[in-house]
Amino acid sequence: MEEKLRKFGKPAFCLLVLGIACALPWIGLKLYQVRVLTLAMAWAIAAVSLNLILGYTGQASLAHGAFLGIGAYAFGIFTERVGLNFWLAFLIAGLVTALLGFLVGLPSLRTKGPYFAIVTLCFNVIVFKVFENWTWLSGGIQGQKVPCPGFLAQRWARYYFVLAVLVLVLVVVRFIVKSLLGVTFMSIRSNENLAEAVGINTFRYKLLSFTVSCFIVGLAGALLAVENQHLDFTVTNYAYSFNLLVYVLIGGVATLSGPVLGAVGLYYFLDYMEKSLGEYRFVLFGFILIVAIIYFPLGVMGGLKRLWEWINGRRARYKAQEVAP
Amino acid sequence: MSFFLNQVIIGIQLGSQYVMVALGLTLIFGILDISHFAHGHLYMLGAYFLYILMTIAHVNYWLALPICMVALALGGVIVERLIYRPLRDQPHINTFIAAIGLFLFLETLVRAVKPRALSVSKPIDKVFSFAGITIEAQRLIVIAGAVVLVVLLHLFIKKTRLGTAIEAVAQDRDGAALVGINVNRISMLTFAIATALAAAAAVLMAPLAFISPEMGSVLILKAFVIVVLGGLGSMQGAIVGGYLLGVLEALAIAYVSSAYKDVFAFAVLILILAFRPTGLFKGRD
Repeated sequence: MEEKLRKFGKPAFCLLVLGIACALPWIGLKLYQVRVLTLAMAWAIAAVSLNLILGYTGQASLAHGAFLGIGAYAFGIFTERVGLNFWLAFLIAGLVTALLGFLVGLPSLRTKGPYFAIVTLCFNVIVFKVFENWTWLSGGIQGQKVPCPGFLAQRWARYYFVLAVLVLVLVVVRFIVKSLLGVTFMSIRSNENLAEAVGINTFRYKLLSFTVSCFIVGLAGALLAVENQHLDFTVTNYAYSFNLLVYVLIGGVATLSGPVLGAVGLYYFLDYMEKSLGEYRFVLFGFILIVAIIYFPLGVMGGLKRLWEWINGRRARYKAQEVAP
Repeated sequence: MSFFLNQVIIGIQLGSQYVMVALGLTLIFGILDISHFAHGHLYMLGAYFLYILMTIAHVNYWLALPICMVALALGGVIVERLIYRPLRDQPHINTFIAAIGLFLFLETLVRAVKPRALSVSKPIDKVFSFAGITIEAQRLIVIAGAVVLVVLLHLFIKKTRLGTAIEAVAQDRDGAALVGINVNRISMLTFAIATALAAAAAVLMAPLAFISPEMGSVLILKAFVIVVLGGLGSMQGAIVGGYLLGVLEALAIAYVSSAYKDVFAFAVLILILAFRPTGLFKGRD
């Protein structure tokens, strides 16, 4: 029974969720809600990318807000001003972000723990200030237009496109995590000194993980730009780095579906609460983050996973591989 | 030349503010091993509390200073008890994330209430000038206040029994507990002192700048830059680093660009990490 569940249960469940996601625009969702879900899924892609470096490699990057903005701007500038075609600009958005991530990672990944978080946050503030003041680049307060290609002109088309990218990103991240590379990442997370001692060049792997993570978050930024068809410097705000952190931790750090669940759920929740709570809804974010890290450090999916393992009486084995970030 | 000297004095005054905040951060890091990322937001709360005291309760500035310090010290103790103590045995990064939670909570709460760009009046509204240098009295008050507080803190740690206990906990937590030092009480005391220092910095600085919800977030990043610059956990490192950064920043604003004024500190951080990751003074790893 359990063997069967393991073999067919999970893929079947994933297909079911995917099916529901595909059907959503046609079963009574308002156009506005399709837009909210599209944005939420773009954020989910960014959250998945943060999870790759935070959850699996154990490095808390607080620069993903900046990288999201850089991806968005790279896409905006290459389509609107350079006039490249959509696919090429989309790819370039990821590559430019990855390159910058690589360069930022070179000095900053030599620091550990909270200091890496602080250095990356400093980088985010620098990027924000540059985009705020360098109006030639960012378009200043008016921002700049982002053209939308013909095949994405319809709202549902953009929805499916973002969904497809999300699924693709999840498949790639799953492939990485299940491979030897993923095991190496996780060994750095659980004990960096030990990993170093057995001959793993931890710096090189952290840099790789960070660069890949930046590539994905750059794509997410481009998707946000396409959906909004407009960009201004606030997209590089470090507040977004914090938001992504909350999404990942609430959904479940170091799980595949956790960041998606956290991002979509919380983004939707925030949008829903806008009318009743106004600005106060962000106060909840801080509160939720504190309570979550003290009482539920594994998040929703991590908690469910542990519950499932516990039901199966494999608690001891599970404990041996510690999941905390 | 007098322009240059003027900038240096402004830099020392900026540095005084940084020193007070960074010293608290260093204390908390050095003694308790906590990266207290919301320290700047307690500073921000101190400034708002001063505003409430001065404009609504009409308390005299000089009386408001100790009231703010005591009130914020209590706030620091509450933060330690409610947030950091339950996380004591968890990985560092979890503590840091909890601190980010507090950071978000306080900043968005104050922003949601929307009292922006408040200001309080200066206690001594005078401008001194000699030998071509002109300087506001408040700037001198900030510099003098920082010196007095830093000296008091030094005397407290070196000369009193409680101070010695704090040093003992900083060196070896378990050893200190073994010889009968109440480690929990020392944690609370450390938070109280550090937060009172931040509150003093806020009260001294408030007449020179606007009070806003964001005033804590950039300051705390700079304080972390100073902690890294001075060497993690080193108190004299925090003092030297704070003044150094203050002067550097004032000169950069005057001679390079003011639009990017908050960026210099972070550029310094990246340079330090590239060339001298242990900082100026040898702190702890």
